[in-house]
Amino acid sequence: MRVALLVTCINDALYPDTGKAVVTLLRRLGVDVDFPTAQTCCAQPMVNTGYLDEAVPVVRTYVDAFAGYDAIVTPSGSCAGSARHQHSIVARRSGDPALEAAVAQTGPRTHELSEFLVDVLGVTDVGAYFPHTVTYHPTCHSLRMLGVGDRPRQLLEKVRGLTLVDLPQAEECCGFGGTFAVKNADTSVAMGSDKARHVRETGAEMVVAGDNSCLMHIGGLLSRERSGVRPVHLAEILASTEDSEGRSDGPAVGARAGERA
Amino acid sequence: MTGGTFVGMPAFPEAARAALGDTQLRHNLAHATHTIRDKRARVVAEVEEWEELRVAGTAVKEAALRDLATHLEQLEASLTARGATVHWARDAAEACAIVARVTHAHGADEVVKVKSMATAEIGLNEALEAEGIAAWETDLAELIVQLGDDLPSHILVPAIHRNRAEIREIFRRRMGDVGRPAPDDLTDEPSVLAAAARAHLREKFLRAKVAVSGANFAVAETGTLVVVESEGNGRMCLTLPEVLISVVGIEKVVPTWRDLDPLLRLLPRSSTGERMNPYTSMWSGVTPGDGPQEVHVVLIDNGRTRALADDVGRQALRCIRCSACLNVCPVYERVGGHAYGSVYPGPIGAILNPLLNGVSDPQTASLPYASSLCGACFEVCPVRIDIPSVLVDQRAQVVDSHRGDAVPKPEAVAMRATAWAFSDARRLRWAHRASGGAGRVLDRLGRTTLPGGRRAAGRLPGPGAAWTSARDLPAPPAESFRAWWQRTDGGRR
Repeated sequence: MRVALLVTCINDALYPDTGKAVVTLLRRLGVDVDFPTAQTCCAQPMVNTGYLDEAVPVVRTYVDAFAGYDAIVTPSGSCAGSARHQHSIVARRSGDPALEAAVAQTGPRTHELSEFLVDVLGVTDVGAYFPHTVTYHPTCHSLRMLGVGDRPRQLLEKVRGLTLVDLPQAEECCGFGGTFAVKNADTSVAMGSDKARHVRETGAEMVVAGDNSCLMHIGGLLSRERSGVRPVHLAEILASTEDSEGRSDGPAVGARAGERA
Repeated sequence: MTGGTFVGMPAFPEAARAALGDTQLRHNLAHATHTIRDKRARVVAEVEEWEELRVAGTAVKEAALRDLATHLEQLEASLTARGATVHWARDAAEACAIVARVTHAHGADEVVKVKSMATAEIGLNEALEAEGIAAWETDLAELIVQLGDDLPSHILVPAIHRNRAEIREIFRRRMGDVGRPAPDDLTDEPSVLAAAARAHLREKFLRAKVAVSGANFAVAETGTLVVVESEGNGRMCLTLPEVLISVVGIEKVVPTWRDLDPLLRLLPRSSTGERMNPYTSMWSGVTPGDGPQEVHVVLIDNGRTRALADDVGRQALRCIRCSACLNVCPVYERVGGHAYGSVYPGPIGAILNPLLNGVSDPQTASLPYASSLCGACFEVCPVRIDIPSVLVDQRAQVVDSHRGDAVPKPEAVAMRATAWAFSDARRLRWAHRASGGAGRVLDRLGRTTLPGGRRAAGRLPGPGAAWTSARDLPAPPAESFRAWWQRTDGGRR
């Protein structure tokens, strides 16, 4: 099986450790994951803001980069949702039957990380060790667009050392919403501050989710409050082992100051 | 009593900003929406075949819309055969003129009203007032809005933004101006408030010669109009007066009597969280010697054929006005209904207003963006309206409507630049090099350390300020993922 990593534009530029964690995790599970360097972005920022013409060349880049892979794995429910549910809209807009045919290939092969692990690889115990108390926020697109259900929880429950505490009002949106976060910043922040409050109510050290975009928003608010609560991507927890935990270059605890190359 | 009007409302982000600062509104709405949301979830969970019911309800409405003209003509024929007079109105002005003409023909200077979204949509009360006709709202929440010179903020509970202390105050100050005053010992107990409204409205029910209603459904095969309600005040209006005028959107038609089955089961559980609504009134034209002896039905378009022509958006015409999408919406919960600038607020309003009116008006054009696209609305919609997909499609319509602008908006410039960078990985590498450089500087100069140890980017200028005014942002790492992959051969070196 030829497996490609769709790292996503936001992880590529801002959260490279999440991408490294996926690579570490998949290799540990025996998957030789490739990173097609021609990839850029899933085009969701353009599509969800209404710029369909602008999204066409971006979707073209996507299908070109990922052509020929059996599975495309991404640490983002939102980007997987974009490829599966929105690329066809963009392709139709382009009027190019070849692009429509291409997205019909790449769309269904795009899997969010927890889907890939549970459904494709058939594992829930990935051999991870993470001795922390965390709470899980199910992001909207993973929950309602993809229907990942309790797969992330199944994975977290098998992580040794980890304590998972329930998040109140877990299924309510955090308020990120892509460009909504700046076009309707006040409403976005109002939603996010309630989410941050619920996170703090749990007493968890960290809030975990499958999308760094949502975590950037929730974590940004938690940090501004000087709450000390840290956002962490699901992939980084799952990549963490007794060997990597505590090491400065381990993906699970990565992104410390001064650690960047 | 003039009542409020939405005309001239600011665009959503600005209206929302004002609403977010209204402590009472935030408190009332959070309480009310969570209560009704939980109640709906409980009664929906009782129905094992809920999903099948949703599919059936969707199919009924789709069948009606697919052949709308035929069903409407059949409705007209059935109604006429049963003694009703059918009027066709292209827009709000025509519909209002018909209602005023019929009312005048009976020498009446007042009408009692059943709660109706269609008449709110066309601004009937204001139009009748201009014709010297007083329109009395008899639904308790509509009465509160009318007495308070207020605007509705919810489809089902238009006074949802008011709490009982505010309602007491409105009753105490205003009831006497338009009829029987509130009793001197009025408290804010719900039962006491309801009793005051009851006594106030009873006078009007017994006096009025003309009633105005909408309809939840109109059955083409039998010429039957259906009104679903909780209070019984609608039933009073539908049975006591001599003349009944019903203003009905053309999308309310369903082909057959049996089609009511899934819809009447879906509506109360989705709407009030009740297993069955307390009052279901059905009438087919005139029944000699029983109820209104003159029955008029005004079928209005008012943008509906425009909506029907929209491939993606037309599904919004399936809406049965239950308001489940409002109650579950995290945006609506925080900003309330007024921020949407329409009698149709919330997620359904965010798509319905652009569909009925187009997106040339800046206020309407702001509505498709009034959503984080979380999808909670689609999940609860009893007729499976994919609101997020319609919102995204309408955003494209908004953007497309500006493609001919001589000076593009800053957002368009930014989006084009981003798309350009994302169209070729080589351009993206250059962008990363720039952001990595900025990251190195910020790492040295930044004063805030994020939990976990990364440095924050500080306050961003321009549009970035909308983010950093309330949220920290990590400084970009010196090395992007792709740069790491290439430098280390995917971590193997």
